[in-house]
Amino acid sequence: MAALDASAYVSDTQADPRAFVRHSEGLAHLDLLVRGASCAGCIARIEGGLREDERVEQARLNLSTGRLALSWRGDDAAARDFIAKLNSIGYPATPYEPEADSDPQREEERRLLRAMAVAGFAMANVMLLSVSVWSGGLEMTETMQSLMHRISALIVLPAVAYSGQPFFRSAWRALRVGHVNMDVPISLAVFLACGLSIYETFIGHGAAYYDAAVMLLFFLLIGRFLDMRLRAKASQAARGLAAMQAATANRLLPDGAVKAVPAREVIAGDHLVLAAGDRVPVDATVIDGRSALDGSLVSGETEPVAAEPGTQLFSGMLNLDGKLVIEATADRDNSLLAEITRLVEAGEQSRSRYVRLADRAAKLYVPFVHTLAALTLIGWFIVAGEPRPAIINAIAVLIITCPCALGLAVPAVQVVASGRLYGEGVLVKSGDAMERLAQIDTVVFDKTGTLTEGRPRLVNEHEIDPRSLDVAAQLARTSRHPLSRAIADAAGMGIAAHDVTETPGGGIEGYVEGRRARFGSAQWLGIQTTANPFSEAWLQIEDEEAVRFRFQDRLREDAAETIHGFKTRGAEVFLLSGDRREPVAAIAAELGIVSWQGELKPQDKIERLQALKAEGRKVAMIGDGINDAPALAAADVSISLASAAEISQAAADFVLQADRLKSSVFALDISRGAKQRVIENFATSVVYNIIAVPIAVFGYVTPLIAAIAMSGSSVLVILNALRLARRR
Amino acid sequence: MSFLIWMIPLAIGMGLLGLVAFLWSLRSGQFDDLDGAAQRILMDDDKPISGD
Repeated sequence: MAALDASAYVSDTQADPRAFVRHSEGLAHLDLLVRGASCAGCIARIEGGLREDERVEQARLNLSTGRLALSWRGDDAAARDFIAKLNSIGYPATPYEPEADSDPQREEERRLLRAMAVAGFAMANVMLLSVSVWSGGLEMTETMQSLMHRISALIVLPAVAYSGQPFFRSAWRALRVGHVNMDVPISLAVFLACGLSIYETFIGHGAAYYDAAVMLLFFLLIGRFLDMRLRAKASQAARGLAAMQAATANRLLPDGAVKAVPAREVIAGDHLVLAAGDRVPVDATVIDGRSALDGSLVSGETEPVAAEPGTQLFSGMLNLDGKLVIEATADRDNSLLAEITRLVEAGEQSRSRYVRLADRAAKLYVPFVHTLAALTLIGWFIVAGEPRPAIINAIAVLIITCPCALGLAVPAVQVVASGRLYGEGVLVKSGDAMERLAQIDTVVFDKTGTLTEGRPRLVNEHEIDPRSLDVAAQLARTSRHPLSRAIADAAGMGIAAHDVTETPGGGIEGYVEGRRARFGSAQWLGIQTTANPFSEAWLQIEDEEAVRFRFQDRLREDAAETIHGFKTRGAEVFLLSGDRREPVAAIAAELGIVSWQGELKPQDKIERLQALKAEGRKVAMIGDGINDAPALAAADVSISLASAAEISQAAADFVLQADRLKSSVFALDISRGAKQRVIENFATSVVYNIIAVPIAVFGYVTPLIAAIAMSGSSVLVILNALRLARRR
Repeated sequence: MSFLIWMIPLAIGMGLLGLVAFLWSLRSGQFDDLDGAAQRILMDDDKPISGD
């Protein structure tokens, strides 16, 4: 059911594709984001289906990103036909606004991949030479060894200069502002290993460490690349969401014509036409027409807002039944949505102060290692009385303690953990989100759309005779009003009534089996009742007695289980909602939540969260509405649902793709498991150092030992990370 | 040991060839859609080729 609803939602809020068509060489081009494509059959159906149309010149689907590049000859208006075609074969598509300039993240990923390829090539070839030097032993003449070293230098030095850049740059940035990070000892070890090897090759004629330097870079680049992939995957999802926001507005021109324009081009004072099913693109006032609008994503209120001339509307509200003419009161950048975006950004800045586990380890590790190397230098200088062995051994300490395994310890675990979460339908936006989730002790829930389904459900189906329900459903299937939707959901698939007219704010009437039937509010039907007009509707067939349908926003099936899950894992649960106090109290009582508050504005939610954080709590926020977005960003870690407002999904660290609330508990378990593995990996590195460091300090390290120790510890760390992939 | 004079350059040359081939394939977009490439091979395209 959820999937069906999602597709309905997409086609409801469909942006006009003509605003996104580009032209070149006599062809029209459009990028579409296609959902639901996952197999060869999908590619064949989508591309084949579109190519059946003679106008289409090219249709190519990128299955990894879900983007479809489409070019055709002729009118822009054909874009609508193509989208309709895709919808009809079961792949809802939305126009995708291509980024203005080339994507920096993608460029970064490419650069890392190239660096990795170069380091891999250099490592393989230098190993070829190094292994022959190690195994050649006494048979190899010194001239030959020297030749091997010189060839190694020729391969490694340019490779290091190229592949080491990500580390050198990051280390330099950290040092310049007076910090240390993991990249500082890495860069130092690589530099010193290369420097020492050059000296030994051309002057000293001793052992060279070219292979160690380049192997170090190769392993670390793997870790860096895994980390990058993880973030790229998440940001790709976020960009998909941004594309959903590529909204259009229908501008009413002075001559009465209507033209579709991108929403960001709307300026204050523009007159816009808002059809049923459209989202309000910018803050506006109604100047003509009557309708009801769903503001649940904006304010958290479940009840639709009645609109008439003069009513103030906020961007993000969904028009439910009538056609409205509205006057923009602000452009897009000054609308409520933009204001919320700014609050979100402010929250994200405060979150970036979180210090990652790896960086905290680096803070302890770096001074320790460097002191040890300095002591080795001084000790050997005193014992041996000459500088050369002292310098060689000090450098050996730095090479052998270089945090190769530490560099892999975190990304390897995070990639495995996020892979498992992905399999359960949980999207992770960043690696450190899991670290932050692992340490929470307080969970704050939103109500509407998070703990509840966020839309009304028919609750008295057992009181209604099936014939009345069937008649109501035939009428309801023609309408987008939430109560009609609820009836249609309850009745399932079926035929729709014909000759139906809908009165905005009133109800629908039409003919069913030749008889006139009316379905709508009590007031519209002239029935005396005191109940809330949005929690009940009546059906009247000709002069028969009217039948009452009652509705309520229902709890999600797994809400209670989720709350219980968090409580048993030692987290305290709070409920903060923007809805009125009574429904919030009812839900809190039903779920056994003691601490709850209603009627909160976005700003109030942030203040409440900050108060909790000030008590020293680590707070996770789970929410879905536009009004939750700033709170999501302000919390230590945040979770959102796939049905949530785009901005909330963008602000959240985790998105529950399948809308299963209890996946959030699973995410907590996996995050805690991941943290455990990371700590184990750090412990492994410490044990490794306890063994390797004395060998280095006392001068027994040979290039062969360095190579074995380095790869051995890395493999151990990766194997430990892979344990997380095993299902218990 | 004189054979090493041309064996070593040969080995490195082959490695370099692999590296260049990889960088070329990266640049020409062969890694842009890995899932798609894996699936496209399964598509039935045994229809007669229409000259267009």
